[in-house]
Amino acid sequence: MQLFTCPFCGPRPETEFHFGGDADNDRPGAEASDASWTDYLFFRHNRKGPAREIWMHLSCREAFLMERDTVTHTVTATLALGGEA
Amino acid sequence: MTRHYSALSVLKEGLNGQKGWAQAWRSPSLADRYDVVIIGGGGQGLATAYYLAKTHGVKRIAVIERGWLGGGNTGRNTTAIRSNYYYPESTELYDLSLRLYETLGKELNYNIMLSQRGMMQIVSSPAEMEMAARQVNAMQVNGVEAELLSRAEVQRRVPIYNYAPDARYPVYGAIYQARAGVARHDAVAWGYARAADSLGVDILQQCEVQGFIVEAGRCVGVQTSKGEIRAERVGMVVAGSSGVMAEKAGFRLPITSYTLQACVSEPVKPIFDTVLVSPMTGTYVSQSDKGEMVIGGGLDRVPSYGQRGNLPQLETVLSGLLEMFPIFRQLRLLRQWGGTVDVTPDSSPIFGESPLPGLFINGGWGTGGFKAIPAGGTLFAHILATGGHHPISRPFDLNRFRTGHLLDEAAGAGIAH
Repeated sequence: MQLFTCPFCGPRPETEFHFGGDADNDRPGAEASDASWTDYLFFRHNRKGPAREIWMHLSCREAFLMERDTVTHTVTATLALGGEA
Repeated sequence: MTRHYSALSVLKEGLNGQKGWAQAWRSPSLADRYDVVIIGGGGQGLATAYYLAKTHGVKRIAVIERGWLGGGNTGRNTTAIRSNYYYPESTELYDLSLRLYETLGKELNYNIMLSQRGMMQIVSSPAEMEMAARQVNAMQVNGVEAELLSRAEVQRRVPIYNYAPDARYPVYGAIYQARAGVARHDAVAWGYARAADSLGVDILQQCEVQGFIVEAGRCVGVQTSKGEIRAERVGMVVAGSSGVMAEKAGFRLPITSYTLQACVSEPVKPIFDTVLVSPMTGTYVSQSDKGEMVIGGGLDRVPSYGQRGNLPQLETVLSGLLEMFPIFRQLRLLRQWGGTVDVTPDSSPIFGESPLPGLFINGGWGTGGFKAIPAGGTLFAHILATGGHHPISRPFDLNRFRTGHLLDEAAGAGIAH
C-alpha cells in the first residue's frame, strides 16, 4: 500500500485518492472550437515518467496537484491548488 | 528442413532426433525502405503484418519490436476470448475476431490451443437479471448466440461456486456465451510471426523506435536504434507505450495508461471448465490446461506505466475470488504480474489515421486487446493497405471524440475493459 500525502490531511493510503486527470488542462471558454473542446474533454498527455496530475482526496473532498513518476510511482510533491494550505 | 507442423512431421523429427526443424522465423537485417513499417511486435502488430502480406499482397513489410515478440500485453493477459458486447459496432468487431480465432490454428498451421469452454457472467440480483436479459437479447439481435442461465443451471455447471444462503453476491443466474473460451496467448503471437515471416515479412526484435521522420507534414518513416527506415505508411500498435509514441509524433491521444494485473495459482486437478466473471466482485477466473487458476480483475486505480500492479487491487481481486469460490481458500498463488493497458474514455479501441498524416493507429484496446487480435490485424491491414477505413473499423476512428459518436461499452455491456 502506497501512501500519498494530502496537502490538507497528511499521508493517507492510496485507496483514499481518486485520479482527476492532467494538471493545467484548463477548461476553454464558451466560444471554444470543436477541436479545442474535444482536446480538453478527452485528450491526455499520458506521460511516462514525471507527470503533473490533479488528484482528489476522497475523505476530505479536496482536489490538489500531485507531481509523481508514472513508472517508479515516486511522489515528488503534493500541493494545494492556488497555493493555499 | 521441416517447416510444416503435423503429426507426421512430429513423428519424423522424433525419429530424427529433432534436428531437422526449421527456425520459426528469421532474424533479418533491416532494409532502409519498406512499403509498410509496423511499430510493435505484439499479437496485433504481427497479425497486421500477416494480413497485409496475405490478404493485400503487400510485398515489403517490417515489424519493429523494442523488446521481444508478444512480451507486452499479448503475453500478460488472461487469454479469454469472447464477443459478448452490447452495441452492434462492437459485436461486428469482436465476433469477427472470434470467428477468425475458430479457424486460426489451421490457417497459421500453429496450435493456438483454442478451447471454446464458454464464458459465464454471474448475475446477482433480480434487477440485474432484467439487464442480463436485455444483454442476451441484444447479442441475439446482433447475431451472436447467447443464453440466459437460471440459478439451477449455473449450479449444475459450476458446483464449486458460492451458493450459500448468506453469500454477499447471491447467484440469480448468468449470461452465457458458449463460443467464448481461451487460447494460448504466446502461440497466437508466435503463430502470426511464423506465418508472416514465411510470407516475407521482416520481423526485427530489440529495435526501438526513437522518433518519426516527417517531411512536408507527413510521416515518411521512423528513426530506430538501428538506423532510419523509410516507409509509405507507418502503423503504430503499441499498447502500453501509446503516450510515449504519440509524444514523439507530436500529438496527444484520448488514452490513459493503467496497470492491469493478473495472477495464477499453483496447478490443481481439473475442477472448473469454463471462464467465469462476477461483475459484482470484478474478479474473473478460468483454469489453464496446466491446472492453474488464472485470475484477473479490474484496473489498478493509479495511472501507471510500471507493469507490476499494486497491493490494494490484488487484495480486491483475491477477496472477490474467495467470495465466489470459498473452496479456493486453500490454493497458493504462484505468480502475479502486470501489464500497461490503454484506457479510452468509452472503453472502445481506436483505429485510423493519426493527427500526423502517414502514421496510423491501432490502439486503445484497454484490457481486451488479446481477444481482438485477428480482427484488429485484419482491419488495420486494410487501413494500412488502402489508407482508408474498413466498414467495421470506421466507427472506431479518432474523430468519434469530436462528433460525439462514442461507443460506451463499459456502460453498454457492463464489462470494464
